[in-house]
Amino acid sequence: MSNAAFVIISILTLAAALAAATLPKLMHAALSFAVMFLGISALFFLLGAEFVGLVQIFIYIGAVAVLIVFTILLTRHDLGKVRGFNWGGGVVPVAVFGGLMWAILKTKSVSIPPPHIQPVTVQRIGELLMTSYVWPLMCVGVLLTTALIGALILVLEEKRE
Amino acid sequence: MTGHASGWLLQAFSSLINIGALLGVFLTLFALISVLERKILGRMQNRYGPNRVGPFGLFQPVADGIKMLIKEDIVPARADKAVHFLAPIIIAAVAILSLGVIPYGRNMTPFVIDGGILFFFAVGSATELAVFMAGWGSNNKFSMLGAMRAIAQMISYELPLIITVLPVVMIVGSLNPDKIVAAQGAYSFSVLPHWFVLTPWGAAAFILFFVSGLVESNRTPFDVPEGESEIVAGHMTEYSGFKYATFFLAEYMGMFAVSGLAVTLFLGGWHAPMSILEFIPSYVWFFLKLSILLFVYIWLRGTLPRTRVDQIMNFAWKFMLPMAFTCVIAAAVWHYTGRALQGWLWSFAVIAAVYVTLSMLLETKKKFAPRTYRFAE
Repeated sequence: MSNAAFVIISILTLAAALAAATLPKLMHAALSFAVMFLGISALFFLLGAEFVGLVQIFIYIGAVAVLIVFTILLTRHDLGKVRGFNWGGGVVPVAVFGGLMWAILKTKSVSIPPPHIQPVTVQRIGELLMTSYVWPLMCVGVLLTTALIGALILVLEEKRE
Repeated sequence: MTGHASGWLLQAFSSLINIGALLGVFLTLFALISVLERKILGRMQNRYGPNRVGPFGLFQPVADGIKMLIKEDIVPARADKAVHFLAPIIIAAVAILSLGVIPYGRNMTPFVIDGGILFFFAVGSATELAVFMAGWGSNNKFSMLGAMRAIAQMISYELPLIITVLPVVMIVGSLNPDKIVAAQGAYSFSVLPHWFVLTPWGAAAFILFFVSGLVESNRTPFDVPEGESEIVAGHMTEYSGFKYATFFLAEYMGMFAVSGLAVTLFLGGWHAPMSILEFIPSYVWFFLKLSILLFVYIWLRGTLPRTRVDQIMNFAWKFMLPMAFTCVIAAAVWHYTGRALQGWLWSFAVIAAVYVTLSMLLETKKKFAPRTYRFAE
């Protein structure tokens, strides 16, 4: 049951990823990219990592995909133009894939049976974030606030001219 | 093996029953509210509203549905066919999905998930992409402008919408809607329910949440994305027939979902307002509260004129966002000063202080000044 689901979701995700890389229209590629994110979050759900799956949808479809789409729209003037497939770009993913495969096949730790881990609940994540990981959390908060203020300052500068 | 197979079948059937019930109830509610809205608006504007089809015009949605079904479906020649076709489907699917995690009554949550609140917002965030698909796929300037407006205001108001949920999640300590409802189930002196709307931070958060929900569902005071006096119908300009009806359906489903979540988070979910009244079934209470909120939606539509785009944005970033953060702080104050009368007063003081300061700060600058244009004169 879960194996069949894994295969189906993987095929859909890979197909969407391939479509994102090869579709001639940029906007179609961006939208199939969003479908790929959906597939990845479905994989997380299948693994029982509910929270990560939801955050994956929330951030990657709700924010990153919208950001990509906006960026394309605001920077490109030749949206309708059909662009050819850049074969040179194919070298990088093939190299990354080969390197990863080599590393994975070489490692011994895959054959170790996974220890029994209790499912990570949202509550547990919250507790960990507020105890062991409170320092990184605060750092991220400060970083994001700085980015927000920086964005505001950029807008203000533009207005003064 | 057979036990396993029957368990799987049982699960599939119970899911199907849930989906059927959800669709049945909310499509009926959609039909009802569409005629009621026109009736109420008619009453507010001193006219009759629909009264030709059936008793009191109650069969109007049937007539509307048949009309929408047999209308010609026009797709612009230069439109992106696939994207244009998919947009209404995605937008409706997303709206119906987010209805799934709301507890409608005792043990009546269709889709029980630990991070239900997160699921609601995660799924809801896909609406922006669907609106964009509608606008871009139509290959029409009005559509594109409408989609840009819709996304701009949806992203801006998603922030206060989510941050006003935070205090509730903080106080309950769970993202599970069932637990949030259970936390509001007690009564003081058996007449005063422990709903979060009756605490200062809860009342403020509820109002902020409701206004943000109004913007998210593109309803009237904030319906600039489809401002018919400016950009025809926004991202729905190039849609006709049943696809247009699907957008309409999605708008109402989104409205039900946001109101349902507001009821769950702040108005005690399916709990009765007094312990004596608990003999009335829980789902009756839920739908009673839901219909009150829906009435307010219609009431606002009949009352308020459309706001300007820059007014909406200023309101979001200069007022809603600081107030939403204040709600979080006020909830923490309420918690640490003992969740009783003293906590109530302290958290009220925090909210009142920030509200007064904020309104004074916003007041000092140009009062009702005409809009200044940067790129046009």
